[in-house]
Amino acid sequence: MDFTFSEDQLLFQESVRDFLVNEVTAERIRASWESDSGREDALWNQLAELGLTGMTVPEVHGGLGMTVLDFVLLAQECGYVGLPEPLVHTVMVAVPLLNDIGGELGEQWLPKVASGEAKVIVGLEQNLLVEDAHVADLLLIQQGDKLYAATPDEVSLRYNESVDPSRKLFTVELLTGATVVASGEQAAALIATTLNRGALGCAAQVLGLAQRMIDLSVQYTSERQQFGKPIGSFQAVKHHMANVAVRLEYAKAPTHRAAYAVAMGQEVAAHAVSHAKLVACEAANLAAKNSVQVHGAMGYTWEVDLHIFMKKAWALANTWGDAGFHKRRIGERIFATDAVLGAGATFV
Amino acid sequence: MDLAYTEQQQAFREEVRSWLAANVPLEPLRSFDTEEGFTQHRAWEATLNKGRWGMVTWPQVLGGRGCDLIEWLIFEEEYYKIRAPLRVNQNGIFLLGPTLMEYGTEEQKARILPKMANGEEVWAQAWSEPNAGSDMAAIRTTATLEGDKYIINGQKTWSTRAVWADWCFGMFRTDPQSERHRGLTFILVPLDSPGITVRPIPQLDGLPGFAEIFFDNVEVGVENRLGDEGAGWSVAMATAGFERGLMLRSPARFQETARRLVELYSANRVSADCDPAVKDAVLGAYLDAESYCLATYQTACRLNKGGKIGAESSTNKIFWSELDQNMHATAMSILGARAELLPHAPDAHGVGAWLDGWLFSQSGPIYAGTNEVQRNIIAERMLGMPR
Repeated sequence: MDFTFSEDQLLFQESVRDFLVNEVTAERIRASWESDSGREDALWNQLAELGLTGMTVPEVHGGLGMTVLDFVLLAQECGYVGLPEPLVHTVMVAVPLLNDIGGELGEQWLPKVASGEAKVIVGLEQNLLVEDAHVADLLLIQQGDKLYAATPDEVSLRYNESVDPSRKLFTVELLTGATVVASGEQAAALIATTLNRGALGCAAQVLGLAQRMIDLSVQYTSERQQFGKPIGSFQAVKHHMANVAVRLEYAKAPTHRAAYAVAMGQEVAAHAVSHAKLVACEAANLAAKNSVQVHGAMGYTWEVDLHIFMKKAWALANTWGDAGFHKRRIGERIFATDAVLGAGATFV
Repeated sequence: MDLAYTEQQQAFREEVRSWLAANVPLEPLRSFDTEEGFTQHRAWEATLNKGRWGMVTWPQVLGGRGCDLIEWLIFEEEYYKIRAPLRVNQNGIFLLGPTLMEYGTEEQKARILPKMANGEEVWAQAWSEPNAGSDMAAIRTTATLEGDKYIINGQKTWSTRAVWADWCFGMFRTDPQSERHRGLTFILVPLDSPGITVRPIPQLDGLPGFAEIFFDNVEVGVENRLGDEGAGWSVAMATAGFERGLMLRSPARFQETARRLVELYSANRVSADCDPAVKDAVLGAYLDAESYCLATYQTACRLNKGGKIGAESSTNKIFWSELDQNMHATAMSILGARAELLPHAPDAHGVGAWLDGWLFSQSGPIYAGTNEVQRNIIAERMLGMPR
């Protein structure tokens, strides 16, 4: 039993955090809102140079051959800065799916993803819309019990604006030329594991988003003075933030356990992911609610950076399975007549 | 990361399980807040100690097994699963014991720990005073050094287990000129000393789980001082850390409550579902109990590797105490009109221990530093908000 990350994993997290905090500033995110695509090739190339786009690409295809467990802490850091680029999606969703599909498709695209040359975007029906479809070089799209591969000329996209200006959402219509890469049971299995990976990526990101909202709130309430002192010295304000800290602290271990279960292909993975997604999003939603409150009127403005992170947290709570979807999965397990619960049952 | 038990850990679990199965009393003991129950629980401590299961994390020479924190969690899981008796000497074994090992002299350890381990000496806490509750630095009970004795005068209150316990430990003001955290000393006091009066205080269940202790020129040998004179605050902070943290509230207890709550809900589903909030509360309770378990394992593994408990440990007490309260509140809703019945009432069948648990859960957010105090600590020390 060793529920710790290795020195290497922690060091990697630290260096990626430093990079992201320096490069992906709130100013840069606001600038990206003014651009057509909302995405920056220069930033994507930097991420590729750090080896990040190829983290889960096998070494034979030019990647680092790591697992989603190696990436989960980095996904938290992507959340912390509100990274608009689809890095978490690439590493935790698209590459593992390409790996699972394998064959020519994998051989053709995995090296390009590792090098940063190409982006692969996955769309499942669970998500209604496909984020970042406009920057995809290859789309893997679910339709019913089939999974299709399509290049940009084989799809028609319709843009949908999100409350989070960083999120670029599209309906994807498949045109002639899109090819079936899996169907029936094989597709169902691929879709199920992909959904779990996507939900895990969400959980990890919202942990980072929640931490960022806490940090912004602590900073703001330490500076803002009323009644002759910083408002952060008042207990009513402190307790709002302490409540967030408590929920966030206890959402981390379930997320790390879910990453382990997914990486190891454990039977418990779906359950562990639903647990993580629920508690992480609950913590992030509380962070958003209480952060807006302690920011006062400033929290209700476009100018203060809080909304960059708050809106992303709101959106992620309802993607890759909303609370209802994940609660149903938990309920099916714990209310089953043969459920094994209680002390000693967690790691069995 | 490797989230599987080693063969050695699995073998340890088997050993714990089979010993408990052979030794846990078939009939539940009476509450240790009754005289008869206290004696029964004291005897159980002796049984545990004889099997070297009293405190598995203690070193072998003290009757323990030198277990690490993962083995401790495994032990607790088996202990709560079989519903073994609650630990009447928890103030001693979980709080004072670890403090003694850190701050005590060799003489003190040799004199006190073995009798603590076998239940021969049961310990009460003596922290609070009528005017020193959340504000513990306002302690006024004095201990005046005269020769090789302290003369203690004053009053302690909310002293858990003090009615039938043998000793108490607490902080006393040894420097009358001192203020706040300075000038306090950690002293151990035999409760049968002349000049001590113990007045039991009935708790919500009507039983005297705590008491007031009056000190009238009570003489205590200087050998019962723990740590240096005037260093009481830092010694006490270590004890309070144990209380909030890992030792006293391992996850097994809450996971078993969550499991029983799921069972209670499943058995009463038709009526329970009339209130749609109930199912959600049951599901949330199960998830929180699991989260608490996962977070505790993560912390324990980090500590096993030489890590330290940080300010984030203050989140611990809020999380488990509010979880416990929520779980029992949900159980009360499911039980409906039967929820108010005492377990021995003729038509209470099936109510079991829920009411007792519900009453006890009211104390969680209050004792060991109220949750409001904990929130201040989190905001100031973990998040760095201004004082």
